[in-house]
Amino acid sequence: MGLFIAQILTGLANAGALFMVASGLSLIFGVTRVVNFAHGSFYMLGAYVGYSLMQVLPGMVGFWGAILLAGIIVGLIGVIVEICVLRPVYSAPELFQLVATFGVILVIQDLALMIWGPQDLLGPRAPGLKGVIRIMGEPVPQYDIALIVITPFVAIALWYLITKTRVGTLVRAATQDREMVSALGVNQAWLFTGVFFLGCALAGLGGALQLPKGGADLLMDFTILGSVFVVVVIGGMGSLPGAYLAAVIISVLNVFGVTYAPQSTLVLMFVVMVIVLMFRPFGLLGKEEIAGEHGQVGEPERPIKPAGNRMRLLVAAGLLILGLLPFYSGNFAVVLVTDIMIFCLFAASLHFMLGQGGLVSFGHAAFFGGGAYAAALFVTYADTPMELALVLAPICAGLAAIVIGWVCLRSTGVYFAMLTLAFGQLLWSLAFQWGDVTGGDDGLVNIWPSDWASDNDVYYYIAFVLCIGGILLLRQAAHAPFGYAMRAARDSARQAEAMGINTKRIQWVAFTFAGIMAGLAGGLFVFSKGSIFPNELETARSFDALIVVFLGGVKTLSGGWVGAAFFEGIKDYLTRFEYWRLALGLSIIFVVILGPEGIVGSLRKAGERFGILKVPEDAT
Amino acid sequence: MKRSTFLKTLVGAAALSMTGIAALAQSGEPIKVGEINHYKRLAAFAEPYKKGIELGLEEINAAGGVLDRPLEFIFRDDQGDPGEAIKIAEELMTSEGAVMLTGTILSNVGLAISSVAAEKQWVYLAAEPLADALTWSQGNPWTFRLRTSTYMQAAMLAEQAAKTDAMKYATIAPNYAYGKDAVAAFKEVLTELKPGVEFVGEQWPALFKIDAGAEVQALERSKPDAIYNVTFGPDLAKFVREGTTRGLFDGRTVYGLLSGEPEYMEPLADEAPEGWIVTGYPWYDFTEEDGANKIFVDAYQARFNETPKLGSLVGYMTAATVAAAIQKAGSTDGDAIRMAFEGLDVATPVGDITFREIDNQATMGAFVGTTALKDGAGVMTDWTYLNGADYLPSDEEVAKLRPAE
Repeated sequence: MGLFIAQILTGLANAGALFMVASGLSLIFGVTRVVNFAHGSFYMLGAYVGYSLMQVLPGMVGFWGAILLAGIIVGLIGVIVEICVLRPVYSAPELFQLVATFGVILVIQDLALMIWGPQDLLGPRAPGLKGVIRIMGEPVPQYDIALIVITPFVAIALWYLITKTRVGTLVRAATQDREMVSALGVNQAWLFTGVFFLGCALAGLGGALQLPKGGADLLMDFTILGSVFVVVVIGGMGSLPGAYLAAVIISVLNVFGVTYAPQSTLVLMFVVMVIVLMFRPFGLLGKEEIAGEHGQVGEPERPIKPAGNRMRLLVAAGLLILGLLPFYSGNFAVVLVTDIMIFCLFAASLHFMLGQGGLVSFGHAAFFGGGAYAAALFVTYADTPMELALVLAPICAGLAAIVIGWVCLRSTGVYFAMLTLAFGQLLWSLAFQWGDVTGGDDGLVNIWPSDWASDNDVYYYIAFVLCIGGILLLRQAAHAPFGYAMRAARDSARQAEAMGINTKRIQWVAFTFAGIMAGLAGGLFVFSKGSIFPNELETARSFDALIVVFLGGVKTLSGGWVGAAFFEGIKDYLTRFEYWRLALGLSIIFVVILGPEGIVGSLRKAGERFGILKVPEDAT
Repeated sequence: MKRSTFLKTLVGAAALSMTGIAALAQSGEPIKVGEINHYKRLAAFAEPYKKGIELGLEEINAAGGVLDRPLEFIFRDDQGDPGEAIKIAEELMTSEGAVMLTGTILSNVGLAISSVAAEKQWVYLAAEPLADALTWSQGNPWTFRLRTSTYMQAAMLAEQAAKTDAMKYATIAPNYAYGKDAVAAFKEVLTELKPGVEFVGEQWPALFKIDAGAEVQALERSKPDAIYNVTFGPDLAKFVREGTTRGLFDGRTVYGLLSGEPEYMEPLADEAPEGWIVTGYPWYDFTEEDGANKIFVDAYQARFNETPKLGSLVGYMTAATVAAAIQKAGSTDGDAIRMAFEGLDVATPVGDITFREIDNQATMGAFVGTTALKDGAGVMTDWTYLNGADYLPSDEEVAKLRPAE
């Protein structure tokens, strides 16, 4: 009994920092509709800033003062980020801001490394709270009790601010209808900035508060991000009580998971999320998203047309140059371009369902890595030749997509995205945990092409044919009646249904098709590298694809592969420098601000302005 | 090269650089070595390693280089991503003119490079990755490993554990291949040395996501006599703090794999645990009697004005190994270097090491000692250096572990 209570208390204490970070993310999303990837970075900054302040400020007052100050300082940093990076891109298509925040993550990572150095910092202990108290004989750290007490106070203060004050009224109004609020004379820009301050300050507070239980290190931005997203989604996007409830549930369950099923900790929270979303598609306390409210920010999309003759010639010339690459360039260029083409196909497959179908997936790597693992497993256990494995990879990925799509498509919007993320994570943990078959994180090695294809140049042509063919096939599908049905389902599900289109089935087929193409890319990937590891299934890989799709331009047909080629190319170049993350982050932010419609969209605009491209008659 | 000659070389090198005489090895084109590592992702470990290499290179080149040519390392960051590492390996070997590859800390990246090395017939010296698979189940003729493997270090601690009366053990290890290997090896060796020991609890926190309070409660619940710890980095810091606060370590001996390395001890400062039996690197304790160890530590501190980590030592030994291999090969041809690695003897600060012909594993050992607090910092006391050659399975078993060549 004593242990049981002590375990619950441990869970409640762990919920503290998690709740603060999650509530900040939830607030920011609710009002500004920005999915702030950089939220974990603000949490990390809170820990580092708090640590530095605690070195200067002495005693108990200094300790708590440092935590408060850390929150405020991080909030101010958030304001700078909001004003410099996000303001210019609020009018961009939904979720585009996500790319900007990804750039911010990279910048903060390198700046933190420059300022605080590479070594982990152990957080100072809270003065006066270093010991334990015994509850029914079980030791409970005093600081845990402090956290258990503080967290509800913060939650109640937030709740009061949001429900009882004028500022809170405005925030809630903006959450429901931004345009109406600004029409009523409220300065929306500063409201957004204010919310961003509050959200980031909460993240910073969370980071500083956990110092006595851990410390500050350079990996903590990503380690918390997953759980924070899960908490926000289980609780319901934009719901503060929901975030608190979810933080407590996840933390307490985790404590029991550690004790009674120690291997489960990798997936426990994702399983909980899938179960919750199956029964409550909008989270525990979330409200149904109002359809159309945030569907079409920015310029409406142009109708899709087959490329003109001039464009076709240009593409043909480009392909010819690419096709002759092995004849005029060195070996490394061939390897690099093979890599880039594979990534382009992967990105194009995501772009297909995202751009044409409006299906934002946070877990597309499940099919890329899934295809790669399928091929690798066939080679390892059945001695399957490369040719057959390359056929089986997309088939297996497609089968996985049928199953995963069936579950995920029960939800929509951000909840759909989070379900795909959960499945991606489940597949990852399967590969990671099932060491006897998948090799765990030691992966599967020695998966090489057949003898005739082992030369880099030959493999280049295999990748060339399959990747370019795949991208063209995706393009073809967008022009086919199927593509029209997809866009109809995306733009107005109800009207599409009224016309007799089974929108769910269309989306399911699109999801599967995208999965098949990603699986093909994965199959090509594994034979080009000769090995496969669980990191190809990681969420980070899904986000790589997501980012390049937005970077290239969602509302264009070629955004996916253009973004991918640009990103891979620039990354390959920049990683040669010491502070490449800083440089890459700044370049991403720069591109985002300069071209809020993505690379392709902005180039098209520029082309039309300077008369190189013809302005379509229906776009005036 | 015997240790005395190694010392002479060192002294000579120092004298040369002090008098400012330009390096002798400027005559030929530099010999390039491709070094791939996670310089950003694991900066705390990779930076000291890189400095170790740089120090080693300066000394080697000041003493005339290799084959009368200067030795040069090309450092590249792979972001901790195996796919990226393979691409960089390709670039280094085919367009940068590297003659062999070194590097990586993460085992999966090491395995990825070792796989591509075997396919393309490039020599790869895996400096830091610890996975047993690298030289055993996934071993290949082109991959050599410098550092003491997981199995060897776990066996050293198991030997210490077998000397005590403790019969009930609980383990805590990060939930990934390294953690699993480390626990399996410890169990295997300890059960062999002392049949009848019982393993009453196993905890597997996710790497760098430890829920320390809950883990400590779970360990306490299994009431072990002793604990075997494999967590490291931020996980270790959290585990130590919660465990100390909640009294988990009272009256129990803890065996900590790598826990005594400065990389992990220094961040703990005055909260470093006392009385743990650990593998690590007690650079602060070296005296004149420790010979080359002391000389290396002094040279490192003089050069970089900071204290060495274990990574610094491994980096330094990497440079020495590469130089020795190429010198022995007499050419920069890949196959010649590979042949030279078989049975290669290298003089290093910790003594002579040999790259075993049977599994390409070097016989580098580890320092084993007991942790204590001294001037507000965790240190190792009563340490000894154990030779790695004594902690490997018999040749017959190793032959069974390795795929047929």
